[in-house]
Amino acid sequence: MRLLGFGILKGMAVTLENFVRSYFDRDRRHHLFTKEYAWEPGAPAEVLPARADTTVTAHSRNFPILLHDGADPMGGIRCVACQICERECPPQCIYIEKDYDEQGKYIKRPAIFDIDLSVCMSCQICVEVCPFDAIVMDSQFELSTANRFGGLLQHRDQLLKSNEYYHRIHPEEARARDDRMAQEKAEKEAKQAAADAAKKKAAEAKAAAEIAAEKSKPEPSAPTAGGAA
Amino acid sequence: MSAAAATAAASYSLVRQPAMETGLLEVSMGPHHPSTHGVFRMDVRLDGETVVALKPVFGYLHRNHEKLAEGMSYLASMPFTDRLDYFNSMTNNWAYALAAEQLLPIEVPERAQYLRVIMAELTRLVNHTSLVGFFLNDLGALGTPLLYAFRERERILDLFEQASGARMMCNYFRFGGLRCDVPEGWLARARAVVDAFPRFLDEFEKLLCENEIVLARTQRVGVLSGAQAVNAGITGPMLRASGVNYDLRKVDRYGIYERFAFRVPLGSAGDCYDRFMIRLLEMRESLKILDAALRDIPTGPVMGNAPRVFKPAASETYGRVESPKGELGFYLIADGTTKPYRYRVRPPSFINLTVLEDLCVGHTIADAVVILGSVDIVLGEVDR
Repeated sequence: MRLLGFGILKGMAVTLENFVRSYFDRDRRHHLFTKEYAWEPGAPAEVLPARADTTVTAHSRNFPILLHDGADPMGGIRCVACQICERECPPQCIYIEKDYDEQGKYIKRPAIFDIDLSVCMSCQICVEVCPFDAIVMDSQFELSTANRFGGLLQHRDQLLKSNEYYHRIHPEEARARDDRMAQEKAEKEAKQAAADAAKKKAAEAKAAAEIAAEKSKPEPSAPTAGGAA
Repeated sequence: MSAAAATAAASYSLVRQPAMETGLLEVSMGPHHPSTHGVFRMDVRLDGETVVALKPVFGYLHRNHEKLAEGMSYLASMPFTDRLDYFNSMTNNWAYALAAEQLLPIEVPERAQYLRVIMAELTRLVNHTSLVGFFLNDLGALGTPLLYAFRERERILDLFEQASGARMMCNYFRFGGLRCDVPEGWLARARAVVDAFPRFLDEFEKLLCENEIVLARTQRVGVLSGAQAVNAGITGPMLRASGVNYDLRKVDRYGIYERFAFRVPLGSAGDCYDRFMIRLLEMRESLKILDAALRDIPTGPVMGNAPRVFKPAASETYGRVESPKGELGFYLIADGTTKPYRYRVRPPSFINLTVLEDLCVGHTIADAVVILGSVDIVLGEVDR
């Protein structure tokens, strides 16, 4: 028969081994000690954040932001206020109003674009349904506010971030998105060019046919006109 | 239960002197009790320390999941499924995607199939490591086993974050594939985690599986017979611990599970110890699947030719997967619009909870805590 208490001693040997190894095992040393911020010296390269003011890695997602191209946020805003994300948002945290000029004509940008971060559940559905690549996920987690009512309600100008910022926080994803957008644009332009060429050709063909038709006609009007004159 | 209570009360009135006035003690355990793993209440009637009757009370975490899903598009429910069983968002996603893919036949590309299996098996590791940690925590082994388990779990959650952007609310599966491919170097990192995992299992088994106190507290406690388990509709590790060989990965062979060689561990006694050990054994089998999947995974797209607007014709479907807790099913009725007409979840931990009283009666109240821990419930899924 086995010694009663042998299993307990065996388990305690495991905890003792872990305790001793934690001082000597390099891999364990990194994982066993709590670090306040992941970018402390000694952290492996893949957990290092893309920028210095966040506690997260380049893969994390948190809340949506709006993207703009160029330096002027409202000049280069990609959002056209189509309201697809507002409709698709599962917890209904997006509110959009379209922008109109003095004549009441819809100019393709949002007048109001609000996201209530206290409602948002970071699901990324808005990013997926956006046909204009205007909305992407941020990885900023330090958002606490003293204002309980509306402190986390982000408005359009707070949400607008540049494409360069996006490249900084999610480099791989941003590059893939830019490549896809460039490709789509090239395809669209090629299609447009092809359509233009086809239109031009058709117009030319039509003009040629008209000229041919004109030529083949016996030109009855000219002699009549001449006769009348 | 009331009959048993009545007999107990009657026998006592005969044995004890009338002047002593002993009776049954009613204890309301929960909803805020550390042993209930969430907001869950057990109305326990005790005779001394022995459980005479037990009534589970739940619904504190009800969030209207099913009705909400009927008011939104098919895709928009996907992130809500993450929040059912918040330990296993990947398998929840898979069950829902599987149901929806049957409504509108969409081919899932090969690479996506492999990644789905990898994610599901990693999820099983996450769930079972947490479970064994929490289970021993319930037994009174405070801290150490749970922290060892969470140390390993964290490595897998890092993998999830790198693939999907979030540790727990992954929202990674889509109808027809996955949202995005895994980043570069991810498969190598997953391989490193999988290769290091058996060492943790060996360590964990050495730590407490032979511990005399654990054996005394769990063996012959909360015995569930195979016939009773089948009768009550129990699924998952709890059913297999009672000796019934039923694993949807073998029975349904959904996804590409027929390509992997793995065994289904079975228990014999159906007690808490079997339910605990079966999880450790299942993790070893999951590692076999992961090993093969990470070796064979092809390159290619991860998204099939899914339509931009998901609008199935009027039909109904039931999709189910072997989630780490049991059979997780989604029943959908489509009416030809972009929203489901009816959306119903078959949650494994809710149905596994129905036999709780039968398991606990006759044991002490301290054992009831252990038995509840061995059932493996998550209140997000029980209450929906």
